[in-house]
Amino acid sequence: MTTNTAAGAHTSGGALGAAGSGAGAPVVLRSLSRSFGAVRALDGLTLDIAPGELVALLGPSGCGKTTALRIVAGFEAADSGTVTVDGKDVSPVPAARRDMGMVFQSYSLFPNMTALDNVGFGLRMRKQRAAERGKRAAALLDMVGLSAQARQYPHQLSGGQQQRVALARALAIEPRVLLLDEPLSALDAKVRLQLREQIRGLQQRLGTTTLFVTHDQEEALSMADRVGVMKEGRLEQVATPGELYSRPATAFVAEFVGTMNRVPGDYSGGDEVTVLGIVAPVQPDHALVPAGAVDVLVRPEGLTIEAVPNGNGIVTDRTFLGSLTRVSVLLSGDVAVKVDKSSPAAANLIPGTSVQVAVDPAATVLIAARP
Amino acid sequence: MAAIASTEQSGTSVPAPAAGAAARRRSLPVWRWAILLIAAAYFLIPLYAALKFAGFKAFTQVVGYQDFGSAFALSLRLAVIATVLTLVLMVPTTVYVYLRLPRMRRVMEAITILPIVIPPIVLIIGVLKVAPGSLLGTPNLLGLEYVILAMPFAYRSLDAGLRSFDVKTLVEASNSLGAGWPTTLWRVVIPNLRTAMLSATVLTVALVLGEYTMASLDNFQTFPVWIVNFEQNSGPVSVAASLLALFVTWILLMLIVTVGSRSSRRRGFGQVTLFSVGAGGAGHTTVGEPE
Repeated sequence: MTTNTAAGAHTSGGALGAAGSGAGAPVVLRSLSRSFGAVRALDGLTLDIAPGELVALLGPSGCGKTTALRIVAGFEAADSGTVTVDGKDVSPVPAARRDMGMVFQSYSLFPNMTALDNVGFGLRMRKQRAAERGKRAAALLDMVGLSAQARQYPHQLSGGQQQRVALARALAIEPRVLLLDEPLSALDAKVRLQLREQIRGLQQRLGTTTLFVTHDQEEALSMADRVGVMKEGRLEQVATPGELYSRPATAFVAEFVGTMNRVPGDYSGGDEVTVLGIVAPVQPDHALVPAGAVDVLVRPEGLTIEAVPNGNGIVTDRTFLGSLTRVSVLLSGDVAVKVDKSSPAAANLIPGTSVQVAVDPAATVLIAARP
Repeated sequence: MAAIASTEQSGTSVPAPAAGAAARRRSLPVWRWAILLIAAAYFLIPLYAALKFAGFKAFTQVVGYQDFGSAFALSLRLAVIATVLTLVLMVPTTVYVYLRLPRMRRVMEAITILPIVIPPIVLIIGVLKVAPGSLLGTPNLLGLEYVILAMPFAYRSLDAGLRSFDVKTLVEASNSLGAGWPTTLWRVVIPNLRTAMLSATVLTVALVLGEYTMASLDNFQTFPVWIVNFEQNSGPVSVAASLLALFVTWILLMLIVTVGSRSSRRRGFGQVTLFSVGAGGAGHTTVGEPE
């Protein structure tokens, strides 16, 4: 026990000093691969995280995002590839000495300690004296707005409060990297929204380099500086939320982020595709798609809709979203699409109305092979 | 034999006060009361009959008998040895298997059931074969044998305890905050395993205080052996001795349970009762609900 804590204290001295300056460390994941039996959880993942940046790894369950995070944390070892923090390879460093704050999906507070002691735990491991530790833990609890709950045990706190304490606990050690493993997924919607803002606010204020794993695209898009969309152990695209939405690199990204329509089209093999009677330029991710009948991917705002007699579709439903109304249309050939229209203009598009749906020439379209 | 039977009885009678407390807090349907009464009658009527048969005088006689003190002291000493060794051996082992070798859990379960299946004489011979010479002929050897006997109960208590909270996440959280393995075990795992450890302690103590076969085969006059030897002399006095054994065991277990519950309730864990660990689930969810 003594050796371990002493060693922890040794590394912490420098880390606390470095983090004290407020600058986060750059983190580089280079060609990380990891297999569990026959399953390839990570397949050559490479990702650069700038100092102070919040990068979200987004993807369906089983895409390897959690494995990536756990390798960075030191809970798993990569089969090949490296993780460098501040230019140094951390692969041989055990989790306890990596100086990474982690917030877990499930409630990970120590049930036998008060909120204050939980927050102070990391400082205690760094041999900080009780008085100093108490002061710092109290300050962090104050930062997450839980000063009044300092003396309470985890079971006396709500789910949201527990995650805030967990966040304070992770930040107390002034980590070089903050790792968030779906920290909001166990919370109800309203709390999730508040905590989202709080985490982002604190992260920006402290400038801590942060890797955030989530399967919730809204969470990723609203919080992250950049989002990496993962599929089958690989990064499909890393980009800012705006870019990801408006210029998705692949059909997978396009369909995973935001709402996407699939409309049949005819692809000649070049840079253009014929869809709903117009010829549209396609994104450069068509290398793998053979010419011929394809699915064209286009967002609800990339389609236009007009009420006309004997159009190519019939309105089946509509959802009021405030300034916009999302209209569901059944096109001939049994293709269901969603079209966004400004709410006043959509007033006459009641279900049953015959409409003409077309692709906005300015819209971004992608093509994908017919499944 | 009477001693063994009486420890089992005392084991079942421990949760009774907890059930009473629950009854006071919320009104139970009538049929629950009926079952409680029938069960209570089943245990209490023989006790009452025995008490009446023995009479008060017999008790004072028992305590004055030869070797009562030394036999009782030996049993207590064995209980302490067996409990401490069991916890020291089983807590780290169970935690390690749970976290690092989850596939070994079935094997562990099978191994830990062996002491129940294997006849005591075989266990004794086995222990004699491997025990260092310095232990032979000392009561400490019997203590080691009791550790083997207690293993099934201790393992099950601890395994159930580990399943009642998210050990893996807590250990990882502790690691990420800079705590090494020994610190994590000491500051994070063991405090949360408290209820299970208490349960293991209670079962081990109950087992040691009631064990007759091994002690008599090894020729040690433990409390149960003393009672059996003694019983052959006089009727009321031997019944009084059996009752005394029951009460002593019962008081001891109640003491352990009370001390344990007091410190764990303060932190919001469920009340410790003999059989609460497996069924109780996560300690922190059972606050204020003794059932």
